[in-house]
Amino acid sequence: MSILINKDTKVITQGMTGKVGQFHTFHCKSYANGANCFVAGVNPKKAGEDFEGIPVYASVQDAKKATGATVSVIYVPPSGAAAAIDEAVEADLDLVICITEGIPVHDMVKTRYKMQGKKTILIGPNCPGLITPDEIKIGIMPGHIHKKGRIGVVSRSGTLTYEAVGQLSALGMGQSSCVGIGGDPINGLKHIDVMRLFNDDPETDAVIMVGEIGGSDEEECARWIKDNMKKPVVGFIAGVTAPPGKRMGHAGAIISGGQGGANEKLAVMEESGIYITRNPAEMGRTMQKILKG
Amino acid sequence: MKIHEYQGKEILREFGVPTPRGVACFSVDEAVAAAQKLGGKVWVVKAQIHAGGRGKGGGVKVAKSLDEVKLYASQILGMHLITHQTGPEGQVVRRLLIEEGAQIAKELYVGMVVDRVSQRVALLASSEGGMEIEEVAKHHPEKIHTVRIDPVTGLDAAEASRVARAIGVPDAANVEAVQILQGLYRAFVEKDAMLAEINPLVITADNHAIALDAKFNFDSNALYRHPEIVAMRDLDEEDPAEIEASKFDLAYIQLDGNIGCLVNGAGLAMATMDIIKLYGGSPANFLDVGGGANKEKVTEAFKLMLKNPNLKAILVNIFGGIMKCDVIAEGVVAAAREVSLKVPLVVRLEGTNVELGKKILAESGLPIISGNDMADAAQKVVAAAGGQK
Repeated sequence: MSILINKDTKVITQGMTGKVGQFHTFHCKSYANGANCFVAGVNPKKAGEDFEGIPVYASVQDAKKATGATVSVIYVPPSGAAAAIDEAVEADLDLVICITEGIPVHDMVKTRYKMQGKKTILIGPNCPGLITPDEIKIGIMPGHIHKKGRIGVVSRSGTLTYEAVGQLSALGMGQSSCVGIGGDPINGLKHIDVMRLFNDDPETDAVIMVGEIGGSDEEECARWIKDNMKKPVVGFIAGVTAPPGKRMGHAGAIISGGQGGANEKLAVMEESGIYITRNPAEMGRTMQKILKG
Repeated sequence: MKIHEYQGKEILREFGVPTPRGVACFSVDEAVAAAQKLGGKVWVVKAQIHAGGRGKGGGVKVAKSLDEVKLYASQILGMHLITHQTGPEGQVVRRLLIEEGAQIAKELYVGMVVDRVSQRVALLASSEGGMEIEEVAKHHPEKIHTVRIDPVTGLDAAEASRVARAIGVPDAANVEAVQILQGLYRAFVEKDAMLAEINPLVITADNHAIALDAKFNFDSNALYRHPEIVAMRDLDEEDPAEIEASKFDLAYIQLDGNIGCLVNGAGLAMATMDIIKLYGGSPANFLDVGGGANKEKVTEAFKLMLKNPNLKAILVNIFGGIMKCDVIAEGVVAAAREVSLKVPLVVRLEGTNVELGKKILAESGLPIISGNDMADAAQKVVAAAGGQK
């Protein structure tokens, strides 16, 4: 078991025929059951062609109809990425994962508004994607660092997620699913949403939650954990040393007006019973200690 | 991307928001000529820098004669204006705004932000103008009125009117205030702003509403569709190192420590700064080389870090995913040679092709210190930079 995706998931790739899309589609298809999972690409100008044997359709709707796919991953460049999400939502897909970095915020405000009342779940944008080890990888993370197991990972960052996963795998603790929710201020699933899924997943025993400065999603998730979470959670927040008012790479990573600071987040998390570590090299070992009890 | 007050007011006027008449000036002579042209008996001489808190720092003066305009303009132009937002070294004033004076009866606050929680544009309005909204939020949260705006219908007049009344706009100025709020919203959305503030929005003695200040911050991801905003960029207001970095698509922010950090990914880059601090050191910069770093990018990143006179050591922390460790290792070796690196260099590699990467570093003949994991690398670089401070 896993959350959101598994070896039977059928995926449409929007932006498959671009350079980035080709590169990652190749690697996703090569990972575990990928060859059976990545069933369609979308490009209105290249309908009827194929990439690596994956047929290209004119629209998400066509691709869904022809293949029965319920999930899409988006590598479309920033200026067209919000429209790509809109298209997937209108086609009533279950899940859309948007990898694209640099989408204008106001585009995302409009897209999220259009998603109200629709069934589609969005992950990202500006995220590494998600993976269920040894089953399916949808996104840009290096597959080989993962190991099948029972720890869930949810994070706003890309390489810092790999860091957490690398530590877990090195200590022999595999992962049930790893979800990168992305570093943008307006996005789809938040920490709290993914935490709920892990809480309900019988194959997940514990969760590592990696956050960063900016916004209040981690605090909101922590308060939910305090009242509802049945499994141990290890937490780390990046950016204790970040100066206020500066955007630290991610558009969402900015401390503004005294809000969104790492220490404030860590304090709320600790109060909520999360096992926090201030040392990013200790995420794996902190989890190991807890599970050994 | 930030702009100056006078540029912000140009945008506001374009969207029907009334502002005082004013002229941007680059010299004392221009300032005096501008005051003459504007006419009247009272002028405001305002320093144009991107940081807030200019008035408290002595960058805003009211002049009651042309001689005073001349005096204040010569005092303010060229001064190192220090405010709570500039840092201790201050910001050199290179531009002035000369404005007609206004008879102020009331100072109010209106602002727009993109609210992460509701995922909508939020209008913030308060009766407490002229002070920072963060301070109001801390001490008098009940005085802030928030409206989360429907992106399809926009800010409707009835809502804007209600907010205006709630923050104390007199009925005689209500229509003008509604026009200002709606104009501000349209400017905010159409120009892809992340933050817009009119602080203060003033009610004059004769019951007119005008924007006495204007502050904008634009979404850098949307600048590709706003050449008119890009044209307003003032490079003098930005950190030269950050400008240089952006040319090579590197995210760089200079800090006040002495350990340079070169990392792939924003989250890992912040975590690297944090772990350096945790082991008693102090990071000299935030530097994210991104997912597609090559030899050229790594070399430029080294050059950037080495421009910092405080630099005592460098930590390279790479978790290779898409980016292969051997490619990075080659880049690091080439860069270290090209810049003839004099400070200690600690490198921690993990991920794709890590063994190959480590081999390239070991065989380079360069005195590179290898870090086994993040903690080991951080401890080694702190020691190399001269130990704990």
